[in-house]
Amino acid sequence: MSVKLGVPSKGRLMEKTFEWFGARGVTLSRTGSDREYAGRVEGVEGVELVLLSAGEIPRELAAGRIHLGVTGTDLVREKLGQWDQVVEPLAELGFGHADLIIAVPACWVDVDTLDDLDAAATAFRERHGFRMRVATKYHRLVREFLRDHGVADYQLVDSQGATEGTVKNETAEAVADITSTGDTLRANHLKILSDGLVLKSQATLFRSRVAPMDAGERDTIKQLCRILRVD
Amino acid sequence: MPEKARVRAEAARLRALFEAEGAQGFETSILQPAEVLLDLYGEDIRARAYVTSDALRGEQMLRPDFTVPVVQAHMAYGAEPARYTYAGEVFRRQEDDPDRENEFMQVGYEVFDRENPIDSDAEVFSVIQSALGGARLRAATGDIGILMAAVAGLQTTDARKKALRRHIWHPRRFRALLDRYSGRSPVPAARKALLAAADPFAGGAPEIGLRSRAEVEARIEALKADAAAAPISEREVKLLDALLQVRETLPNALEHLRDIAVDMPAIGKAVDRLARRMKALEKRGIDVAALDFEASYGRTSMEYYDGFVFGFYAEGRPDLPAVATGGRYDALTRVLGQGREIPAVGGVVRPGLLLQLEAGQ
Repeated sequence: MSVKLGVPSKGRLMEKTFEWFGARGVTLSRTGSDREYAGRVEGVEGVELVLLSAGEIPRELAAGRIHLGVTGTDLVREKLGQWDQVVEPLAELGFGHADLIIAVPACWVDVDTLDDLDAAATAFRERHGFRMRVATKYHRLVREFLRDHGVADYQLVDSQGATEGTVKNETAEAVADITSTGDTLRANHLKILSDGLVLKSQATLFRSRVAPMDAGERDTIKQLCRILRVD
Repeated sequence: MPEKARVRAEAARLRALFEAEGAQGFETSILQPAEVLLDLYGEDIRARAYVTSDALRGEQMLRPDFTVPVVQAHMAYGAEPARYTYAGEVFRRQEDDPDRENEFMQVGYEVFDRENPIDSDAEVFSVIQSALGGARLRAATGDIGILMAAVAGLQTTDARKKALRRHIWHPRRFRALLDRYSGRSPVPAARKALLAAADPFAGGAPEIGLRSRAEVEARIEALKADAAAAPISEREVKLLDALLQVRETLPNALEHLRDIAVDMPAIGKAVDRLARRMKALEKRGIDVAALDFEASYGRTSMEYYDGFVFGFYAEGRPDLPAVATGGRYDALTRVLGQGREIPAVGGVVRPGLLLQLEAGQ
């Protein structure tokens, strides 16, 4: 059997991943038509390329259906309970940098820290009769972060896209989202809390700790790691 | 874990014991409307309970405990005084510890009685303790009421006391607030700049969202008032620290608390209540000298307990959760009673854990 390597199936993340492997002597490529999700691995024997949505790679690693996978730290930590017992990070790939942050309207001149956010949330609840809404798709990470910092009187509302627009649309009062440059936040009149960094994320090569492996597959992974100069 | 049928039989036995104490049986649905629980506990409950939904009824929660439905039912049509018992599964999300069960049986005993709350505390503790039989357990007790009295008695502004009181159940933020209010931690630069600014809105950021400019202005006023207020004195912070660190057998803790109360008269009444509770426990045959009292006990649990709190733990098994827990939750009846309230105290036993311990001993 072969070692299954999960890689994002489209876009910049896929291209950058191909580049990273290519620079180390392992050529990944898509085969067939542009629409067909099939791929090829050259430069090492016994590795099969599996093209997947980056968001599904954590789940597939945790289920042991792929041995290796490239995805963001943010997704692994959001989607997997006890992530470090399920997967092992082998190498940070140096791209796909993104920070999960908490941001509030720039016009909230009184709010700069989590301490301020908590106080504003209490007053907000008294005034409006419901808890301050924080829009995000990273429910677990944000909830854990806010709980650890003792912020109460908020609620998370789900937002799978265009999260920065939720404040203007009055479906949320604050957001927790991924940003790399902060441009989208600024364009939407939002500012990052000075202590509102939840997680720093980048594209990372993970190994599944639970995928079943025979001796041959174990050797293949060892050899691949040697070629990629990671261990 | 013992098989389900045996746990059920054990639950039935416990429930019969509680019925013999005069409690009437209580039943409720497994699926509870999520709104009430979310409103009470906020976002944290989502990390601890399973939330599901359908298009018709919206969000529902697999019951994380029976206390809220019992209180709701009692406030809606209960006669006073009342004692209730129930037995059934509760569901808790466990995302960080695969060894903790996410579904287990609970058997409860709850007392709604205005007459003598102190004696009701002792009654619940002793009924639960005797239901636990011969298992070798360590009992820990605490009293959130003493902490609330200490906060209420601080020589500082009402706004600060309110914030501290709100965060009694979040020890880390409580500490951060106390450090800020006492001047132990410096005022953040951004706040200094905000308070010094001639026009805080000079940045010209457009107004967006539901939180209005008036609300921002109101908070700036509150911050200015806070900056003008004298810091909480070092003496008071030290007393509060001493109080939070009290951790001894109940009689020794009481002596220690009486000493602290000399310098902190605000907790006098609450400490008197603790003394009367100790007597009431003794009267019911509890060996109070063997009870632990921890002033901080119950601070990290769900925040409905606001007085007496207790838990029973298996000796030498720190890996196991509490076999039984309980406490007083007067404020919860106030929140759910829509204008009415009644002193209430209760406790729950986990029959599965009890059987597991019996099997191991």
